[in-house]
Amino acid sequence: MQLTRKSNAAPTVEKKTLGISRRQFMKQAGITSGGIAAASLLGTGMMRRAEAKDVPHDAPTEIKRTVCSACAVGCGLYAEVQNGVWTGQEPAFDHPFNNGGHCAKGAALREHGHGEKRLKYPMKLVDGKWKKLSWEQALNEVGDQMLDIRKESGPDSLYFMGSAKFSNEGCYMYRKFAAMWGTNNVDHSARICHSTTVAGVANTWGYGAQTNSFNDIQNANAIFFIGANPAEAHPVAMQHILIAKEKNNAKLIVVDPRFSRTAAHADLHCDLRPGTDIPFIYGMLWHIFENGWEDKTFIQERVFEMESIRAEAKKFPPKEVANITGCREEDVYQAAKLMADNRPGTVVWCMGGTQHHVGNANTRAYCILQLALGNMGVKGGGTNIFRGHDNVQGATDLGLLFDTLPGYYGLKTGSWKHWSHVWDLDFDWVKSRFDQNSYLGRIPMNTPGIPCSRWHDGVLETPEKLAQKDRIRMAFFWGQSVNTETRQRDVRDALDKMDTVVVVDPFPTMAGVMHRRKNGVYLLPAATQFETEGSVSNSGRSQQWREKVIEPLFESKTDLEIMYRLSQKLGFADEYTKRIAKDEKDVLVIEDITREINRGMWTIGMSGQSPERLKLHTQNWGTFSNTTLEALGGPAKGDTYGLPWPCWGTPEQKHPGTQILYNTSRHVLEGGGNFRARFGVEYKGKNLLAEGSFSKGAEIQDGYPEFTADMLKQLGWWDDLTAEEKVEAEGRNWKTDVSGGIQRVAMKHGCIPYGNAKARCIVWTFPDEIPIHREPLYTPRRDLVSKYPTYDDMQVHRLPTLYKSIQEKDSAAKYPLGLTSGRLVEYEGGGEESRCNPWLAELQQEMFVEINPADAADRAIRDGDTVWLEGAEGGRIKIKAMVTPRVKVGVTWMPYHFAGHMHGESLAANYPEGTVPYVLGESCNTALTYGYDPVTQMQETKASLCQIVKA
Amino acid sequence: MATMKFLCDTKRCIECNGCVTACKNENDSALEWGIQRRRVVTINDGVKGEASISVACMHCSDAPCMAVCPANCFYKTEDGIVLHDKDTCIGCGYCLYACPFGAPQFPQGGAFGARGKMDKCTFCAGGPEENHSDAERQKYGSNRIAEGKLPMCAELCATKSLLAGDAEMVSAIFRERVAYRGSKNAIWG
Repeated sequence: MQLTRKSNAAPTVEKKTLGISRRQFMKQAGITSGGIAAASLLGTGMMRRAEAKDVPHDAPTEIKRTVCSACAVGCGLYAEVQNGVWTGQEPAFDHPFNNGGHCAKGAALREHGHGEKRLKYPMKLVDGKWKKLSWEQALNEVGDQMLDIRKESGPDSLYFMGSAKFSNEGCYMYRKFAAMWGTNNVDHSARICHSTTVAGVANTWGYGAQTNSFNDIQNANAIFFIGANPAEAHPVAMQHILIAKEKNNAKLIVVDPRFSRTAAHADLHCDLRPGTDIPFIYGMLWHIFENGWEDKTFIQERVFEMESIRAEAKKFPPKEVANITGCREEDVYQAAKLMADNRPGTVVWCMGGTQHHVGNANTRAYCILQLALGNMGVKGGGTNIFRGHDNVQGATDLGLLFDTLPGYYGLKTGSWKHWSHVWDLDFDWVKSRFDQNSYLGRIPMNTPGIPCSRWHDGVLETPEKLAQKDRIRMAFFWGQSVNTETRQRDVRDALDKMDTVVVVDPFPTMAGVMHRRKNGVYLLPAATQFETEGSVSNSGRSQQWREKVIEPLFESKTDLEIMYRLSQKLGFADEYTKRIAKDEKDVLVIEDITREINRGMWTIGMSGQSPERLKLHTQNWGTFSNTTLEALGGPAKGDTYGLPWPCWGTPEQKHPGTQILYNTSRHVLEGGGNFRARFGVEYKGKNLLAEGSFSKGAEIQDGYPEFTADMLKQLGWWDDLTAEEKVEAEGRNWKTDVSGGIQRVAMKHGCIPYGNAKARCIVWTFPDEIPIHREPLYTPRRDLVSKYPTYDDMQVHRLPTLYKSIQEKDSAAKYPLGLTSGRLVEYEGGGEESRCNPWLAELQQEMFVEINPADAADRAIRDGDTVWLEGAEGGRIKIKAMVTPRVKVGVTWMPYHFAGHMHGESLAANYPEGTVPYVLGESCNTALTYGYDPVTQMQETKASLCQIVKA
Repeated sequence: MATMKFLCDTKRCIECNGCVTACKNENDSALEWGIQRRRVVTINDGVKGEASISVACMHCSDAPCMAVCPANCFYKTEDGIVLHDKDTCIGCGYCLYACPFGAPQFPQGGAFGARGKMDKCTFCAGGPEENHSDAERQKYGSNRIAEGKLPMCAELCATKSLLAGDAEMVSAIFRERVAYRGSKNAIWG
C-alpha cells in the first residue's frame, strides 16, 4: 500500500456552506465561492491512498462486479480498478434490478475508494487524547476487559450491536459470536427499521419479508404507498413504478403526512396525521365491505377470521376517519375505489408505517387490506415492503436480532439444539456459555436480549428491574450509528456510564465521539464491503455475490477477520469455526461460511443458495430478464435472479428460487407457494388450513399441516427418502432435517414443505388480536385519548416499558406541533459514511426542519432562519427552518441522517484528526421521544410533538 | 457524425440527484467543491404540480455563449457538442449572461474574489487537449465520447429520465413513452 503525503498547508478558513439544502442551492450557488470551500477539504498532513488522478489513463483495467451499499434495491455496477485503485465506475445496463440506473448515493459510490475521512488505524482514548494502537494490542486489551466483566457480571453485561452493512456471512458469524459468548444481547438496526413488519407480516401469513420483487411492480395496476417515499429512499424502485404508471396506466396513491417527492408523481395524495394509519386502513375497508368490493372467494379459501375485521371496520365510518386522520372523506373513498377498481394492486410501506408504538398492528392492517382485495400471491400484487440498508434483509434472516437464532428459529431449547447440530457442537457446551440463573422468572438463554432501540436503558436502568444479572457494562458498536436512536441524551449518558465502548466501523461514528469520556473508548477500523467479498440479500430476497473491488484501505481489517481474531483471544475460536476452513494466512474461507448457512437455514429456504450458485448468477446477471427476473437461457437457465428465498432443499436440488411468495398458480418446484401453516391446524375449533386452495400440481388438493417425518410415514412417502436421508430425517421435521430429504420429498409430490394454511387476521399471541387504533403517546389530539388510549405499562422481555404513564400527561399544550422524521436521497442511515462523501455532502449541508408557512408565520419564522426545536421530553436542537407547504399545518418533519452537533454545540473536536465528516448537524433524535412497540421494541420516531422558536 | 442532445423527461425525474453526483464522480479530477455542472431544478416545490428537471449545458445548435464570448474560446465538435478552451477563457462571465440555462460555472480563482476560468458540462467529451491526457483530465474531466460512451449523468439516471445521445435516438425513445402515456402527459402539464 502506497501512502502519499498531501499538502501540508493547514486550512485557516472555515468551510462556507452553500445554503440550507439542495432546494435552496440554485438560489445561493451564484453568490458562494467554491475555492475557499475546496481548500478546507484537504485536511492537515493527512495520509491518503493513491487516487484515480494518480493513475495513468492507459493502465490495465480490471472490472469487478459489485452491488451498491446504500439501500436494499441491490443495484449492480461495474467497478474499474487500475493499479489497485478504484478509478472508474460504469453502469451495468445489463443488471436486471437497475438497468444501469443509480440515485445520488449509487452514482457517488466510487468515493468509497478514496476514504479520506476513514479511521486509519486502531485507536484508544487516553486522558481525552486519541492514541494509536497496534491491532494486536487493541484486541488484547478489548478481550481482557470482556473477560473481566464476564467474571464479575456475567456474559449478559456485554452488548453486541451489529450491522445491516455486513455481508450475509458477516451477519451470521456475528450472531454466532454472540451465541458462543453466551448472550442474546445482540441486535442491529432492523430493530428500528422493519422489526414491526417482520413480526406483523410473519404472524399474518408466514414470512415477514417483501412478498414480490421490485421488478414485479411493473405488473401492478395500482400502487398504494403508505409511509413510503421511494423517490428519496429507494429511487431506483421508481424506475419500475414509473414503468407501471406509463405502460399499465397504474394508479399511484400516496398516504403520507408530507407531499413527498413520490406524491409529486401520484394520482392521489392523502395527508394523514402521523400515527393514524390504522383508522385510515379501516376507513378504506369500510368502503370495501360496504360496497362488496372484497374478494369473497379468496377470503373464503385462504383467509382466517376476516369477520373480526369486518366488525372493527364498522366502527370507522367516513366521518370518524376524517376526524381522526385529518384526511378528507372523499380522499379515503377514492383510495379504496382506486384499489378496488385497479387489481392487481400492490401495497408499499416503509418506516412511516413501521416506526410507531403500534407498528406491528400497522403492518398487519396493511396486510389485511391486501387480503380483503385478494391481491396476495399474484403478479403485480403483494406487499412490497422496501427494506432500508443494503443487507438488512440478510441480517434479519440470519438472526442478527435479540429474539432469534438465524432463520427465525427463535430461542427455544429446540432451536438451540438445531443450531448446535448445524455447528457440530455439543448443545451442553453451548448452554454452558450462558448465565444459568433466572431473573424475574426468565432464563437468559431463552429470553430475548436487550433491543438495539434501548441498549441505553440496559445501561441506565437499575439492575433489579432488568431480567438479567447486571446492567450492560461494555458494548460493541459494530457498523451502527447510534444517532439513529431516539432519546439521544440518554444515549449519551449511557455511553458515559459504561466501563468500555468499542467502535468497529470504517468511521468513528457517534458512539465514538458523542460521549463525555476521557478514557475507555476503542476505535477499530473495519473494511467496507468493497474491500471484501460475500453475499448480500436485497429487499426482494434475492442474493448477489459481491466481488472484492480493492484491498482494505489503510490498516482496516474485514469484519470477519476481526471477529475471528477476537474469538481466538477469547478462547472459543475452535468451536466458533469448527466447520470453517482457514487459508494459509489463517483467514476464514468465506464460502465455507455460506455453506454452513445453507446447512441450517431450512425455515426460509436459504438452504439451496450455495456460494457457487450465487456467483454464477452474479457473473451472468445479464442473462436474466429485467421484467420477469428469470433466465431464459445461459448457465442459470430457468432460475430467478439471486435465487430469492425460499430456495428450497439442498443446492443440488436446483430449486429456482421464489420471486412471488404464496403464489398458487405455480408448482413449488417453479417457485410456487401458499400461505404457511405456522400457527397450528385449528384455533378454538375453527380450521386454520386452506380450504380448496392449493399450489399448482400439489398431490394434497386441500390445506395441509407442515411436513414432519411422521407425516411422511402417514402419507406413505417415507420410502421416497434415501437411506442416508432417513437417518437425518428420523424424528425431525422440514425445519430441522439437515439432509433436506423431507423438503425434497414434499416437493416431489407438489407440496410446500411448510404446509398450506390460511392467512390470519387475528394474532392471538399479540397484545392486540386485531389492529386497534391507539393514539400516539405524544398526541396533539388530547380529545381522542380517552376513546383510543394506549396500553398499560408492561415488562417486555428484559426491560420495563412505559405507555399509559406517558400518554396521561398532557404535552400538547407546551408542544403543539406534530413531529415526524424521514430520509433524504443524498444520505443514508445515520449518515456518517455519506456525510463523509464530498459529492453527496455538497448537496445537503445543513440540518433543517420543514414547517408549514402558517405555523412559521405564527412564530415569526422565515425560510432559512435558525431555530431552536424542542422535543416533548425537553431535548433541544439548533437547526435551520425550511418553510414549505410540503408539510401540512400542525406537522413538522426532519431528516434523520445528521449528527455531530448536540444542543447547538459542535462535537467536531471529539473526532480523531482527519475524520470529521464534511457535514455535521443536529440529530433529530435528540428531540425525539419515548415510545416502543410492545411486540418488537420498535422505537416511535414518526409521531411525536415539539415546539419551535426562532434562535 | 451525430447531433448530441440531452432530454430530461420530467414525468420520470424524481429529483434524486443521481445525475449530479454521477457528474462529480466522472469528472472528479476537474471539479472542486461548489462546482456542479449539472443541477436538478424543481418547480412548484412541495405542492401539487411539483416537477423536476435536470439541467446542464444544452449544447445549443446556435449557442448564445459562443456568440457573445469576447475571447472566442468556444468551439463545436462535429457531434454538435459545445466545448470551450480554458486557456483562452478570460473568466469574464459574459457567457453566463447569455446562457438561458445557467450552465456556466465559476470557481473562485484567487484571494480577491476574482473569477476563475469558466467551467461547464462537456457532454463528457473533454476539451481541446489531447484525448485522455493529464491536461484534459485536470481541466475538463473525462472524455467518454472518445471511448464511445455517453455522458455519465444520463447513463446512471435512476429512472431513465435523463436521456443523452444522438437527437434522433433520444426522440425515438421519448416518442415511444409518449405513445404509451398520451400527449397530455408528455413532458409538462
